[in-house]
Amino acid sequence: MTADGKGGDLMRLVVVGHGPAAHRLIEKLRNLGFGGAITVLGEEPRPAYDRVALTSYLGGKSAEDLTYPVPEDVTLRLGDRVVAVDREARLVRTASGHAEPYDVLVLATGSRPFVPPVPGHDLPGCHVYRTIEDLDAIREEALAAAEQGTGTGVVVGGGLLGLEAADALRGLGLATHVIEVGDRLMPRQVDEGGGAVLRGHVEALGLTVHTGAGVERIEAGPDGTVARVVLPGGEVIEADLVVFSAGVRPRDELAREAGLPVGPRGGIVVDSGMRTADPAIYAIGECALAGGVVYGLVGPCFTQAEVAADRICGGTAEFTSADTSTKLKLLGVDVASFGDIDPEGALDVTFLDPIEGVYKKLFVSDDARTLLGGICVGDAGPYDTLRPLVGRPLPGSPTELLFAGTGGIDVDLPDDAQVCSCNNVTAGRIRRAIAEEGARDAASIKKCTRAGTTCGSCVPMFTRLLKQSGVEVGKAMCEHFAYSRAELFDIVRVRGITTFSQLIAEHGTGRGCDVCKPAVASILASLGNGHILDGEQAALQDTNDHFLANLQKNGTYSVVPRIPGGEITPEKLIVIGEVARDFGLYTKITGGQRIDLFGARVEQLPKIWKRLVDAGFESGHAYGKAVRTVKSCVGSTWCRYGVQDSVSMAIALELRYRGLRSPHKIKAAVSGCARECAEARGKDFGVIATEQGWNLYVGGNGGFKPRHADLLAADLSDEELVRTIDRFLMFYIRTADRLQRTSAWLESLEGGLDYLREVIMEDSLGICAELDAQMERHVAGYVDEWRATLEDPEKLRRFVSFVNAPDTPDPSIVFETERDQIKPVMIPLEMVR
Amino acid sequence: MTVLDTATTAPAATATAVRDGDRTWTPVCAYTDLLPERGVCALVDGHQIAIFRTFDGALHAIGNRDPYSGAYVLSRGIVGTRRGEPTVASPMHKQVFSLITGRCLDDPETAVPVYPIRLRDGAVEVAC
Repeated sequence: MTADGKGGDLMRLVVVGHGPAAHRLIEKLRNLGFGGAITVLGEEPRPAYDRVALTSYLGGKSAEDLTYPVPEDVTLRLGDRVVAVDREARLVRTASGHAEPYDVLVLATGSRPFVPPVPGHDLPGCHVYRTIEDLDAIREEALAAAEQGTGTGVVVGGGLLGLEAADALRGLGLATHVIEVGDRLMPRQVDEGGGAVLRGHVEALGLTVHTGAGVERIEAGPDGTVARVVLPGGEVIEADLVVFSAGVRPRDELAREAGLPVGPRGGIVVDSGMRTADPAIYAIGECALAGGVVYGLVGPCFTQAEVAADRICGGTAEFTSADTSTKLKLLGVDVASFGDIDPEGALDVTFLDPIEGVYKKLFVSDDARTLLGGICVGDAGPYDTLRPLVGRPLPGSPTELLFAGTGGIDVDLPDDAQVCSCNNVTAGRIRRAIAEEGARDAASIKKCTRAGTTCGSCVPMFTRLLKQSGVEVGKAMCEHFAYSRAELFDIVRVRGITTFSQLIAEHGTGRGCDVCKPAVASILASLGNGHILDGEQAALQDTNDHFLANLQKNGTYSVVPRIPGGEITPEKLIVIGEVARDFGLYTKITGGQRIDLFGARVEQLPKIWKRLVDAGFESGHAYGKAVRTVKSCVGSTWCRYGVQDSVSMAIALELRYRGLRSPHKIKAAVSGCARECAEARGKDFGVIATEQGWNLYVGGNGGFKPRHADLLAADLSDEELVRTIDRFLMFYIRTADRLQRTSAWLESLEGGLDYLREVIMEDSLGICAELDAQMERHVAGYVDEWRATLEDPEKLRRFVSFVNAPDTPDPSIVFETERDQIKPVMIPLEMVR
Repeated sequence: MTVLDTATTAPAATATAVRDGDRTWTPVCAYTDLLPERGVCALVDGHQIAIFRTFDGALHAIGNRDPYSGAYVLSRGIVGTRRGEPTVASPMHKQVFSLITGRCLDDPETAVPVYPIRLRDGAVEVAC
């Protein structure tokens, strides 16, 4: 190891296991400037993913959505379990016979679900709930069972994960039972009173709860798979599948066999620096026994990973104890607990509303001066305000505090109060970022502290703290959301929110408006949530997106087929001409080298698009806040002066970014030489050919306030050009305000062009891999919106002028003729009557 | 301007109107034809009526004509709330109208008509 402790190029670091803790370790090591070689050996067939969001996989998220970006220059060896650690030789061996030498080894092997050894626990149809593969198997069986109309699922374990699994089974259409051996649901987080209220909520959703019950045995049917679950009292539940979710056990067998000390109930013993008895071996996450405790929550595991990373780089960080407070929404019910929820000799004050299903309890010291902990079911309001105050003097009367966070009191957080438990960020750390490190807005404070970037549950508290500290908190979007678009984007992205209803229920008020709904629709679309007219998303779209056409002054719409790069064959030109003629549309050439067809009534749109799609056209997204066109000059293929093939590049870029939803429309152009015939510097991104490659300009605008684009990078190769534009667009989409074009965004960006260059070309924030992955998902997930609409009778049903007279055209739409084409006439009210 | 003629001969527009007290109720669609927080337009006796189903399941009917632009488009606006009151924003220039009173909340001098609406055996009926 080199003297700086950062590994030089000599240190070989090997990580066993690739879960969230391992991911955080690697991230932290790279942030600290660790220069050694990192090899990760994982047993699962895929790289680390967000297990906290596992259930969202069943809700439609893909495995890729959940997967963390893999940092560059890390060697990943997946699908090959480590079977032995040879401490003498300092190498690990895998099941396939591979041997990997190490200088420092980190065990991040996680845990395995505990399956009680009841008879029948290993029958086909019995599952655990931990990996994507587990969920695949559960989904397959659940859907098969639900199809036969019999579907019943039994979850063994009524804790946090058990209820999550139960919610998942319910979502898959199964009648669901939850069996909890304790006397209440979520016994670790709530007391008896809270458990009763929680049970009420869960039963109201149609789930059957059995508490105080284990499983006697599981019996198979004639086909050899699970058929029934028998409880100790003899009660029989006919079941198609069983999910065990009865706790986890640390995977400490590698350490055990290597002679490292483990706890009496499992877990690899580590010191406060996360080091095992062997100074070359660390253990982090759910396999580690730190201070006599195995932590199963992501927050403490992340802290452990960061401590280990710091130690490996020569630091002195310590992991002492961790906040095991939890707040979550399970089956639509808020459940939160913080501090000590079973303190001895404490006083408690309780609020119970059995009608609304709200239960709140605070524990205070026997002199009624110190807050010890609390439990909330049905209203997690007090959690945000009070969690950081555990162990401190009460800031108000206990009764007042029960209603904190629900418009009640507003308390000042002490410096050492923890705001973000996932990333162990204190109020003091945030204040320091503001006072000493010059962070002036929520986004930069998040960047330098990481607060609020993992589970997002502390964002309300974080925002309040910023306001108290005099930070201009991103302008509230509207009366329904106190956040800016960029903040909402982060909330949606980090929490994996897929619907407006969920977002507004958890982070807003009311039912939205014409400001926030399209903004959220755009965020959901940018993050790849399927067709913009699917399900609830349809109600968020403004009329242009809703009819996939542009509303004109008389209530008709215009149609713009995509013409990538402005290149079009005579055959296609003829089709456009014929369509316009047959439907009587007004035609005009646009500034983006396309053809706009005006005057279509809603009921004509599908018929028009059927013709266009059949001829090979796609939606041009002229109606959306989205990438519109990539205009081009004719380029080196024909032009005497051209130095590069601008048309091919424009087509490639337009096809890559087509359909990408963004805070505002995005226009682009490619010029084949410095004469700039495509007017690229007036575009959001413009590309101008050089002898050596391409110059990339960003932030240009025509429109209301013209601005020439700035040179971001010069002489890029094709590949570099595409990668840089990918990142530019994704970073803009993430951080811009609603309806902020790239020009205004770039001007408001603190640090301007230099900062942008650092972020997207030098990866100063370490987000480039994520931006790249996001763009890859967009490109891979693109489908033509119009084709998809034509294939879906449900969506087509909306294209009528009158719900009770679908074949009747709107009588208010009238045209006259000007220069041989139609022109709208606005007629007075009486004439239509 | 031949299109005007079709309004008077629209087939479904006056199909099965029923008299009930002093009102004539015309069924226009099934409740399930309505998407939550989205509008449709019905043509009833020559009137264009914008019909909305809000998030809580309630029904509202107002005139479809946007008084600012003169276009018949209010049924295609975004439905939401303003301080709890259900609203629709004109898709043309975004003025917001109360679904309860028809009043423009950005300009209380201006209003659109509100029509009685009810649910009968799964059918949405309006009176005008």
